Amino acid sequence: MDAILLQILNGLDKGSAYALIALGLTLIFGTLGVVNFAHGALFMIGAFCAVTLQRILNLSFETVDETQTDFLGNPLKVKTPYVEAWFGPEVGGSIIDWAVPLAILFAIPIMIGVGYVMERGLIKHFYKRPHADQILVTFGLAIVLQEVIKYFYGANPIQTPAPDALNGVMNLGALIGMDIIYPVWRVVYFFFAVLIIGGIFSFLQFTTFGMVVRAGMADRETVGLLGINIDRRFTIMFGIAAAVAGLAGVMYTPINSPNYHMGMDFLVLSFVVVVVGGMGSLPGAVLAGFLLGVLESFASMNEIKSLIPGIDQIIIYVVAIIILLTRPRGLMGRKGVMED
Amino acid sequence: MFGLDKKDTSMLIIVACLTLFAPFILNPFPTDSAMAQFNAGYPDLMQRFVIFGIFAIGFNILFGLTGYLSFGHAAFLGAGSYSAVWMFKLVGMNVIPAILLSVIVAGLFALLIGFVSLRRSGIYFSILTLAFAQMSFNLAYSVLTPITNGETGLQLTLDDPRILGVSATADGSIPVTSLFGLEMRSTFEMAIGPWAFQFNVGYYLCALILLAAFYLSIRIFRSPFGMMLRAVKSNQQRMNYTGLNTRPYTLAAFVISGMYAGLAGGLMASMDPLAGAERMQWTASGEVVLMTILGGAGTLIGPVLGAGFIKYFENIFSKINDNVLHSWFSFMPDGMEDALVFIVHPFIGKGWHLTLGILFMLVVIFLPGGLVEGGQRIKGWLSRRKAKDSNTSGETNPAE
Repeated sequence: MDAILLQILNGLDKGSAYALIALGLTLIFGTLGVVNFAHGALFMIGAFCAVTLQRILNLSFETVDETQTDFLGNPLKVKTPYVEAWFGPEVGGSIIDWAVPLAILFAIPIMIGVGYVMERGLIKHFYKRPHADQILVTFGLAIVLQEVIKYFYGANPIQTPAPDALNGVMNLGALIGMDIIYPVWRVVYFFFAVLIIGGIFSFLQFTTFGMVVRAGMADRETVGLLGINIDRRFTIMFGIAAAVAGLAGVMYTPINSPNYHMGMDFLVLSFVVVVVGGMGSLPGAVLAGFLLGVLESFASMNEIKSLIPGIDQIIIYVVAIIILLTRPRGLMGRKGVMED
Repeated sequence: MFGLDKKDTSMLIIVACLTLFAPFILNPFPTDSAMAQFNAGYPDLMQRFVIFGIFAIGFNILFGLTGYLSFGHAAFLGAGSYSAVWMFKLVGMNVIPAILLSVIVAGLFALLIGFVSLRRSGIYFSILTLAFAQMSFNLAYSVLTPITNGETGLQLTLDDPRILGVSATADGSIPVTSLFGLEMRSTFEMAIGPWAFQFNVGYYLCALILLAAFYLSIRIFRSPFGMMLRAVKSNQQRMNYTGLNTRPYTLAAFVISGMYAGLAGGLMASMDPLAGAERMQWTASGEVVLMTILGGAGTLIGPVLGAGFIKYFENIFSKINDNVLHSWFSFMPDGMEDALVFIVHPFIGKGWHLTLGILFMLVVIFLPGGLVEGGQRIKGWLSRRKAKDSNTSGETNPAE
């Protein structure tokens, strides 16, 4: 029982990253009808926002401390981050410690900006071109973004720890009288993902802006004929989708140290998730994300692996192939959206 | 000639000349000169040119003719490599059975994957092939380790059976791949003045196979079958409405292009008898997509050009370093020299992929027909200008 609960937790946790990326992909596909192969790169840029903020906060100056000496007997040079000098060691220290959560605030404007520039500068010109062209150009863009990041940050994974307070493990099972030890940050990640997903859905459901966007998703031309500048709203939605991917990346950094090809690793999986959920269906993307995450973590249990060796490696793809062949629309796809 | 019209014959002859004289063409600089590092006429690289050329030609038969964008073609290349290496391990070091087996295995594999994937089209097809390829890659890394030797990669060892050959040579080393005794790696060197040209047996085997593959692809392009595939690309729905089942045609195209990929994989293993799972990864599939698009999808010569272009510049760009740049720009004032080197630096050496990505994006955005379309535009522009000069009507023939 414990093991099963643990696997469900693992799955939800893995699934929340998939769901966030797939949600962004679906937002872009549902609004603009563009297949964005660069979405993984946006996820990666988000992760590197966290790295950048951490580096900025750690910018320091050197002072010579006369009371201490290094091993050669010279006065020791002490590095003090500017943040600590300005706010005092305690407040400054905790600011540096909380770099990753703070990076959320840092990443939102950057990611919206990146998304906006990408849509206006490149994607806009590809609405009328075939899907194959969109795939190709965004694939090229993904390579470029990835190489630019590699140029500035190097090829090695960069450690970005979570705040000390959230770094340990906790006993999730205490409430129901069981022992389920689980890393705190993963729980945080799950709730963060739920928050973002809920935020996006309520934004689309309960605001006028969201209503117009939904109307545009259903019938773009008619909304345009009503005198609403739907393109502009869709551009903003692209920015928001980029921000969702970026935030997923920011929060993922303590789980997996970011490196320049993490985006590509996630891209294939997140496309599979989108297709399983149904192209253009937001609830489908979220559902499929969590579902595939849970399935993957169950498949990696030893009991199941001994039944069907290698299943943990391929379960997602097998599910995707079965779904695509039996339910062409995916789990919750709308009728008429990319059905051929 | 060979049932081709005049234009195709001349194109085949041009490709034949280019491949057969490649050791000369790719070695334009004397060995001692400073530019010698840009020579590409050494066997290893030339083999890669033609092998990836074959791979891209095959991919083009699927993507260029039918418009089905497969993102999993590297799986067939990997399958071909593995089967060739197994042939070397079990039967003998002759390359012919190895290449045959790799083509057959890749063909069967493609039949299986194509049968399932081709039930859908468009983006779904791309994702299905991607899923299958990633699945094969993951399996090759984990469960199939007895067949693929996992992360280490499949290699020849001294205690392989090799029924028709010897397990080890007289001096106790692993025998090398050969064509009826003609060793693949044996190279004839010819020195003419300051130049040194290398003629490698393996390269010429690959080149001949490339020519055969290219000829076959011309025939496919010009056949009624090729016409049918083009019709699928332009409007599949209309084909279906006329009561025609397109699936057998697309499946045939998929299997043929899978066999081409298997052939490339088999050749790769014949030149260097090892196979690793990373050949199946989806980035490897992406590479052949890049080659085909860059050269010009749907054209005959495009994929070969694209493959040569990417492999050549991959090699050259990664060799250029800051010192080379400094020597190039040394005629400029110091400040400007440093500034130029600073600007160019991210694009060279390890930054080659950045250059490739930018180049690829530019091609997709501005030249959807790739290098071939670029060439045609220049040709058209020149002939228009000539026409204006002489005031006669110059007509351009769009070359296929």
